[in-house]
Amino acid sequence: MEKQEFTITVYTENSIGMIGRITGIFSRRKINIESLNTSPSEVEGIHRFTILISESEEVVRKLCRQIEKQVEVLKAYFNTNEELIWQEQALYKVPADVIAEKAYVERLLRQYGANVVVIRNDYIVFETAGHREEIDRLTEELGKYNLIEFVRGARIAIIKDSAGFHAKIKQFEREEPGQEIVENEFLDQRDDVFTM
Amino acid sequence: MSTLEKTETLQAKTIAANTQISGSQAVLEALIHEGVDTVFGYPGGAIMPIYDALYDYNEKLTHILVRHEQGGIHAAQGYARTSGRVGVAFATSGPGATNLVTGLADAMIDSNPVVCITGQVFASLLGTDAFQETDVVNITTPITKWNYQVTDANEIPSVLAKAFYIAQTGRPGPVLIDITKNAQIQLFDYEGYEKCNHIRSYRPTPIIRKEYVEEAAKLINSAKKPFVLFGQGIILGKAEQEFKRFIEKGGFPSAATVMGLSALETEHPLHVGMLGMHGNYAPNVMTNECDVLIAVGMRFDDRVTGRLDKYAKQAKVVHLDIDPAEIDKNVKTTVPVWGDCKETLPMLTALLDKVDHSEWLQQFRELEKEEVKEVIFDELNPTSDIMTMGEVIKELNELTGGNAVIVTDVGQHQMVTCRYANFKQSKSNVTSGGLGTMGFGLPAAIGAWYGAPDRDVIAIIGDGGIQMTIQELGTIMQFGAKVKILILNNEFLGMVRQWQQLFNDRRYSFVNITSPDFVAVAKGYYIDGAKVCERKDLKGALKTMLEHDGSYLLEVMVGKENNVFPMVAQGTSVSEIRLK
Repeated sequence: MEKQEFTITVYTENSIGMIGRITGIFSRRKINIESLNTSPSEVEGIHRFTILISESEEVVRKLCRQIEKQVEVLKAYFNTNEELIWQEQALYKVPADVIAEKAYVERLLRQYGANVVVIRNDYIVFETAGHREEIDRLTEELGKYNLIEFVRGARIAIIKDSAGFHAKIKQFEREEPGQEIVENEFLDQRDDVFTM
Repeated sequence: MSTLEKTETLQAKTIAANTQISGSQAVLEALIHEGVDTVFGYPGGAIMPIYDALYDYNEKLTHILVRHEQGGIHAAQGYARTSGRVGVAFATSGPGATNLVTGLADAMIDSNPVVCITGQVFASLLGTDAFQETDVVNITTPITKWNYQVTDANEIPSVLAKAFYIAQTGRPGPVLIDITKNAQIQLFDYEGYEKCNHIRSYRPTPIIRKEYVEEAAKLINSAKKPFVLFGQGIILGKAEQEFKRFIEKGGFPSAATVMGLSALETEHPLHVGMLGMHGNYAPNVMTNECDVLIAVGMRFDDRVTGRLDKYAKQAKVVHLDIDPAEIDKNVKTTVPVWGDCKETLPMLTALLDKVDHSEWLQQFRELEKEEVKEVIFDELNPTSDIMTMGEVIKELNELTGGNAVIVTDVGQHQMVTCRYANFKQSKSNVTSGGLGTMGFGLPAAIGAWYGAPDRDVIAIIGDGGIQMTIQELGTIMQFGAKVKILILNNEFLGMVRQWQQLFNDRRYSFVNITSPDFVAVAKGYYIDGAKVCERKDLKGALKTMLEHDGSYLLEVMVGKENNVFPMVAQGTSVSEIRLK
């Protein structure tokens, strides 16, 4: 199976050491994490990890099972880019004189929808958000004009057909949960699986 | 004892709620509430408050002072394996904690329920490179099912309740709780101990889907050549009876993994032997002949599967396991049955047709005859003067009747013992299966004896492995575990030597290991012993060992360059198993 970008979304308890426990699952298999974001989720007290990797679907599925096996992980999902709305944010520090003198740079920033965050005599800080390729292109362009500093944030992503975790967490809190908390890929693809 | 009496005894033994106690007392209270009777440990600076509290718990808890923390955790593992309960080990911070690492990794890969409690430097010193400070939580993250650092005594009751719950539910595993010294000393308002029975982020047993059980039954009923592989999951799930009813109704030939041995008595008519690299001929060959492979509580380790792309490709696979991460991990499953096999097996059995597979079973028996002719007969009945490991095990079987707990270390003696030992009851085979930890045998046997003090516990160990943890003779000396130690001495690191002979052109590189006078060493520890160099003395010596009241060490000199066969060489298919 070919490698492609997958975004893994993990809902966890907010406890110390979770990052280590989760990233260890990747590094142990010599899999590079391209970006990792941790944040609160839609449910209070529940953390959300967004992990971007490039691997085959089979590998990603196995990784998700290993992640879900961790005691403090509630659920791990994996999605292709098509199944997500995703963004990455970037900050650029550009010399002020370049902006003042080069009309092209200003046009460029407008074109990419970059917003000014800070203006100073010596430099201006812009912010933009978008897909990786757009940010990469802008970075490349600005590189030609004495870009002083650049940083890109980790990918954050919303799963298009997810109903969120509010209903699920109630299931998890029950001692005898219903079947709906255990999504089952075999059952979802039953006809493909039971080919006898 | 009735439940009421039990509760009353517990009340008499434990501290009432709403009392001020120290964190250390809370730790020991938790152990009492969890039914722990034995702790294996070694004190040190950072765990001194717990040991101080232990001074007053002398009558409620037995503490076995091991000679090295690795011995402590292996003993806790051995205890867990024979008792079916949680093994507990104490260690101090720093080197004490790092000495647990091998045992934790071993317990993790072999799914042993173990709770380790380590002392840690004062919370105020964390991260300052304090004396005997080590980041044990980070070190042990990949080799624990769960770990946690406590810095406030108020957390101790609930954290320990979680630890015991996690260690023994679902797929069991090791849990490490690191407690800073200030938390051990701290006095707090104890609100009593409440056992944990639910953690919202933790689903120990997957919900059983009936439709899978039905699909699995349909597939199994359609099989002409069904073949069952069983692992330690049967033992961990306490499902020996359920498993037996399952295979008996279906008439399935069944083979054990190393870890699954003793879940089904060796002499059961459907038991066709052991799987894997040094397993039996028939089950390995027939893996690539069967039409439906039914795996129960096993994980398709590479030592079992050999070359994966030539493993059971012709077969449909039904995999019963409690751990969803095991499904499809190594071998693609046709029908997965997630859940506790104690529940899924009876559900499946109910749907089975009663079929006669005796002709198919007979094919296993035919191959077995070949193995007997080529390998087993000579191993068990050697004609030369040189003793074989196999004949020692054979004699032992006759003397124990298959009722002993057999603990092994790692290497040739382990494979020979697993191949030839007769097991009549479950929880009788204690060995380091997944991690292959040399040095496991002696301390694990000590723990195994405390876990089953009424049974004969025999530690079969090579001349290499015994020297890795020989210091635990001191533990036996001091506390009197009645462990029988049987050293099979071939004056080599035999398994590595075998590989060097077969695959490295006999270039014996550092496998020639010398030994001390083991009997004299034992004597130094006030343990009786004997050494046997000739066959005529073997039976008598084994008998003396078994009849001796107390621990005993018997060294048997066996052939230096004997090999363990059959063998599935690395990188080859199970059906390419070689008999010589």
